[in-house]
Amino acid sequence: MSPTGWIIMLTSVFGMTALFSWCIFKVLTHKDASDQIHSPADIDPHDQDD
Amino acid sequence: MASEKWGSKLGVILAVTGSAVGLGNFLRFPGVACANGGGAFMIPYIIAFLIVGLPIAWVEWAMGRYGGKKGFSSAPGIFRAITGKDRSAQIGTLALIIPVIIYMWYVSIEAWCLGYAWKYWSGGMQTIVTAAQQAAPTDGKIDAGIQAVQNYLLHFAGIVPENENTASGNFRILRQFTQGSLPFLLFCFTINFILIYRGINKGIEWFCRWAMPALLFCALLILVRVLTLGTPNPANPDASILNGLGFMWNPVGHNLIDGGLVQVSFWEALSRPQTWLAAAGQIFFSLSVGFGIIMTYASYTKKEDDIALSSVSAASGNGFFEVALGGMIVIPAAFIFLGPESIISAGEKASSLSLGFLALPGVFEYMPAGHFFGGLFFFLLFIAAITSSLSMLQPAIAFLEEGLDLSRQAAVTLLGFITAIGALFVSLMSHGLTVLDHMDFWTGNFCIYLLATIEVIFFSYVMGLDRGLKELASGAEMKLPKILPFVLKYITPLFLLIIFGWWLKDQVFSNGPYIQALQSDPTVQLTVGFIIITTLFFSLLVHIAVRRWNKIEATPQEESP
Repeated sequence: MSPTGWIIMLTSVFGMTALFSWCIFKVLTHKDASDQIHSPADIDPHDQDD
Repeated sequence: MASEKWGSKLGVILAVTGSAVGLGNFLRFPGVACANGGGAFMIPYIIAFLIVGLPIAWVEWAMGRYGGKKGFSSAPGIFRAITGKDRSAQIGTLALIIPVIIYMWYVSIEAWCLGYAWKYWSGGMQTIVTAAQQAAPTDGKIDAGIQAVQNYLLHFAGIVPENENTASGNFRILRQFTQGSLPFLLFCFTINFILIYRGINKGIEWFCRWAMPALLFCALLILVRVLTLGTPNPANPDASILNGLGFMWNPVGHNLIDGGLVQVSFWEALSRPQTWLAAAGQIFFSLSVGFGIIMTYASYTKKEDDIALSSVSAASGNGFFEVALGGMIVIPAAFIFLGPESIISAGEKASSLSLGFLALPGVFEYMPAGHFFGGLFFFLLFIAAITSSLSMLQPAIAFLEEGLDLSRQAAVTLLGFITAIGALFVSLMSHGLTVLDHMDFWTGNFCIYLLATIEVIFFSYVMGLDRGLKELASGAEMKLPKILPFVLKYITPLFLLIIFGWWLKDQVFSNGPYIQALQSDPTVQLTVGFIIITTLFFSLLVHIAVRRWNKIEATPQEESP
């Protein structure tokens, strides 16, 4: 593993971890996250009502 | 009360991450990264994440919710609603065929995950290992066990060459059914359609919240084991974890020429358009951007929903699983247990998606309770894949309902028939995974790239940035970057167009490997022919839907005095 390899690995891993941590913080401090933050897993297509 | 709220917010993070994480993170990313320059690949990857992935994810959420307000949930309807022109609906055809065709091969990999989980937990893998070890000399027992579990995939997935398979035709189908992945494929296919037929979204959400922490925990355990492997075979000191990490992260690419490994320099790897196309393609694939899936789901959201943060949360959770876990586990393990030549040839001969199935069993042989964790890991991957594959079906279902006025059940049945043909095609034409690999390239890279380029140009220049960004900002608590309008108007389209033009020049006009295969290999011609026929079929359906929408819109005017 070369020094450049270490730099790329650590920058990539810590960069992604930092961004994910920032998002967790934003969701946890959101005023109404459970109602307003969504993903396909929790969005209910309207057609399923029929 | 406070802890309850905290718990429900944590549940939101798990649900968002759970629906974003899939096979692309643990199985596709490591192979694509390694085949395109290892550490050098991370530079186009990060650039693509920031200036293409995130902005286009926002574009899809905003366009989707805007279309939903106009009463449309499918991409053809949304494009038509934005411009008011019928021909725009045909752009949406791409957003229908991409997830449908990807589903056809994705469900096969899903079946492999389930098959591996079953094999580990039922003791089948232990039987294979024991049989191989009994036949091996005393000092080669561990290696013999690892070799046996690696060879298992070749027969289970039907990758073995024709001459090793002893027969073709009906016997081959029988063999795939009795010893291969076909029963698992049928099970996965059925379970997907039962879930989507009944519309059990709440169950999936619940599953995500429980399976996600378990997958994270399991992946962390495997990561720790991989990082502490050291040099498992003292007779082969080069096969060490440090060299494995170096193979993944050093900014040096590798090519296999006449069976020997040839290094490709950092700048040479970066000067290949294929590297940039693959990086953008991987970002699109794993973020589910450029599929049309997000557009459909966003159409069901309300104006007070925070789609900006929803989008970034999914993207960042996905990036974390992909880079921090996927990138650290599979390739270092593959380097130790398969060797560098096999990593490159696996990517060239049999889709890079197969690498995880070849390499990880080696790690489980070195883990305490390895077969239990092996089963758990593949089962959790299967769960993660289910959440992704279900979402791939929704855009076409929404279109069949609103475009052709089919009931949900009728739409699911028609789609089930179409995807069954494709899934069987992938499963039965599995030699060398040629069909899977080329379907992945032409839809998972090429078509997604094309649609994403069209979407961002459409958003910035047809829908208009003011209208689009207003939609995105509605309900958003986070501040959108001030540079976003500039990025969406100039940087992203220019980046995508330059890479695409560069790739066309390098691959199409200079006969690159995918074009050469298209010219000479009948299986590849059949695969691309299948994609074209599916596209034409959906294009015809879009045409019929547009005529129907026009008729509906004209009816009240005729009735009014």
